[in-house]
Amino acid sequence: MNLSVGIGKLRMQNPVTVASGTFGYGVEYSQLLDLNQLGAVVVKGIRLDPVLGNPKPRTVEVTSGLLNAIGLQGPGIDGFIKKYWPFLRELRVPTIINIWGTTIQEYGEVARRLDALEGVGALELNVSCPNIKEGGAQFGTDVALLSQVVAACRQATTLPLITKMSPNVPSIKPFARAAEEAGSDALSIANSFPAMAIDIETRRPKLANVTGGLTGPCIKPIALKLVWEAAAAVKIPIIGMGGIQNAADAIEFMMAGATAVAVGTANFYEPQTALQVIAGIGEFMKRHGLKDVQELVGTLQVRP
Amino acid sequence: MMVEQTVRIISNERDTDFYFRLVVRAPGIAPLVQPGQFAHLRIPSLEQALLRRPFSIFQTQGDTFSVLYKSVGKGTTALSRMRAAEELSAIGPLGRGFTVPQPGGETPLLVAGGYGMAALYLLAARSPQKGVVFVGGRRRVDILCEAEFRALGWEVRVATEDGSEGEKGLVTEPLIAELKRTPGKRKLFACGPTPMLKAVAAIAEDFDAPAELSMDEEMCCGLGACLTCVLPIKTHAGWEYQRTCTEGPVFDSRQVLWAV
Repeated sequence: MNLSVGIGKLRMQNPVTVASGTFGYGVEYSQLLDLNQLGAVVVKGIRLDPVLGNPKPRTVEVTSGLLNAIGLQGPGIDGFIKKYWPFLRELRVPTIINIWGTTIQEYGEVARRLDALEGVGALELNVSCPNIKEGGAQFGTDVALLSQVVAACRQATTLPLITKMSPNVPSIKPFARAAEEAGSDALSIANSFPAMAIDIETRRPKLANVTGGLTGPCIKPIALKLVWEAAAAVKIPIIGMGGIQNAADAIEFMMAGATAVAVGTANFYEPQTALQVIAGIGEFMKRHGLKDVQELVGTLQVRP
Repeated sequence: MMVEQTVRIISNERDTDFYFRLVVRAPGIAPLVQPGQFAHLRIPSLEQALLRRPFSIFQTQGDTFSVLYKSVGKGTTALSRMRAAEELSAIGPLGRGFTVPQPGGETPLLVAGGYGMAALYLLAARSPQKGVVFVGGRRRVDILCEAEFRALGWEVRVATEDGSEGEKGLVTEPLIAELKRTPGKRKLFACGPTPMLKAVAAIAEDFDAPAELSMDEEMCCGLGACLTCVLPIKTHAGWEYQRTCTEGPVFDSRQVLWAV
């Protein structure tokens, strides 16, 4: 039974990874699960300089989901290389580094710096974080800017590029095509959904940032539709994510057209989820007599 | 070292008022617990409320540990309805706890507000020298596990805001009186609501005594990944957000910036 998949020239031993921002830098989970069982590790977004992040409260639990406005707190590229890379480079599975910037030049510069780092698996371009004023979502919700960001990174590196798409667009298809045409090797779909929550006693927003990004099982049906639509528009592989809690959720994303999947918010409450998803996909394949996990991808039957 | 395991409830009894004592069998976790550490529990019946809830570890005995909690929100209310033999998932022990006093060192003065007392019990139990524990609450029912501290041979001084037990007033008043009355080398250890911790930090500074504070912050993952529970902590270069779940929950009071 073959579970391995390719994302551009990146090989993953199985199609299950983790969503950026829900798994720290891998090391935080290393006492609870064997990271080498994953398809890949995706780290929290980094830019050139260290980032303090947003004021608190930064997260709030909502019905079947989580609302966050962390603000991409991070160590910057030098801090990342010094503090986290020595651990990550020893893993036997690839590390995908999520990157962002406040300008197109900065995206390119971060990509160039990481291109020079030995052993990086791929770069994921965060053009869709809803919680920062500059950078992030502004690049992911304008087709021309999106093309420029992807092209700048394409010029800066030969590493596989994965563009993390914003869900907050009228149709994902032109954005998916723009990323593909600008040289992205894959898409991750989707980032969190802009959302908010209010404390009615104090009449205050529950997040200090007022609005945040919604994740968790409550967004799964919406993310699934985005994957299905994008898969019809592009040839490059898609990493599907949004509320995956078990193998059945993951298989839905794969049938909709995702070559691989990422477990996100579930890492916060059930750290074993990604490993359970891997095992469950294998069991499903066995039950249905499938030899290769690719036999699931894009197999949704729409016609009766 | 942290462990995730399914733990079985031995007992989950009402203590006073809205307070409960939960005892679970957790052979992977209990022997590892250091004073001031916490466990992150997933309460199965919550369903649509996804996150784990953090609880300071109160006592350990062999392969069991206990927590003392107040039923206030949907998580703790659902937990309070669980019965012996039911199971839940626990991750622990988590966080950096209190520094256990050395023999011949400073006299430990413990300051607790409400169920903050639970987080201080193991420190008292493992301290080579006995000290005084100051415990405060709004009413008599907010004063928990007083007998357990007395059984360790510690002096307990109670203050309640309504005067229904001990001195009438805030817990900081008998603390200040003690610090004035007996000069010498003292170290404060505190756990309770943030305003109390802030007051203890100011008192520690006034009396030039070191203090360790167990900070009470909302958490999400408890593992250091999500960056929900960060606090502004002084560093050589200025300050940075550190994680209550990982660098804390116990911080040196001089390190905590109360506003940024």
